[in-house]
Amino acid sequence: MTLIAEIVISLLIVAGGFFAFVGSFGLIKLPEIMQRLHAPTKATTLGVGSVLVASMLYFLVIEGIPSIHELVITLFLFLTAPITANFVAKAYIHRRESPKSLPLTNRDAGWATFDPPPDQRTAGEERGTS
Amino acid sequence: MSEAKATADSRSLRQRWLPHPLLTVVLTGFWMLLLNDFSMGGLVVGLALGILIPLYTTSFWPTPPRIKSYPKATAYFFLVLWDIVQANIQVAYWILFWKNEQLKPKFFTVPLDIRVPEGVATLMGTITMTPGTVSSDLSADGKALLVHGIHVPDEAAMILNIKTRYEARLLEIFR
Repeated sequence: MTLIAEIVISLLIVAGGFFAFVGSFGLIKLPEIMQRLHAPTKATTLGVGSVLVASMLYFLVIEGIPSIHELVITLFLFLTAPITANFVAKAYIHRRESPKSLPLTNRDAGWATFDPPPDQRTAGEERGTS
Repeated sequence: MSEAKATADSRSLRQRWLPHPLLTVVLTGFWMLLLNDFSMGGLVVGLALGILIPLYTTSFWPTPPRIKSYPKATAYFFLVLWDIVQANIQVAYWILFWKNEQLKPKFFTVPLDIRVPEGVATLMGTITMTPGTVSSDLSADGKALLVHGIHVPDEAAMILNIKTRYEARLLEIFR
């Protein structure tokens, strides 16, 4: 039983290291900023996730102590990774893109990075004309 | 501030001091999980955080999120978890075995049917965590989403996948 657990834990740690490595490698390899963003948001999540699951299993099976706060770390990671990615993407859009280079919104309003919300925009236009 | 005073009378004691009871429970639970150990002192600090954080952040979410179906939300969580694992393997494969020229990165627009802010936020998070897509921007009126795909051979199929696999489910979860 312990042997099986040790093998599973080792595999998880190796998988974790592998995905964390791929995430970092993608950061170097991919040519564009937006493409590079994909590597750390995804590959690294599974990397860290595997290591955390391994840690949980280790404490549960080998040490006999249930350890749950790894789940919380995973959850925080899932909550923060998209927000960080969104910030980087917005910074990229500000510096490298223009309203014309992006696809159309197919709405009355443009993208939030360039355009204010519709109600504020009309207010601004009214101020501008008066 | 004056506005808060004016409306204070119409709210019950519970609404004033515990604007989001569920958030209080979740935060206290989180704190206990982070401690990884049960102690009375830890519980008191956790409860204090659980009461104070909703009090000070309540202006960001004046109304509690309206979730229609918790079983569906749980099912969605595991669906996304599974998709994250798949996405990781897929992206790792592209990074390791594909030449950069083979990838077709592209921005594309996803029209949104979902209106609940929490639902839009969940959808954006889901898109970022799953196969080769990062949600980059929202239209100013909040009704279209700018998504960047690392490899987009078929834009229409990708949009359809996002709308049917995730958005349709989220529409059933949030009211």
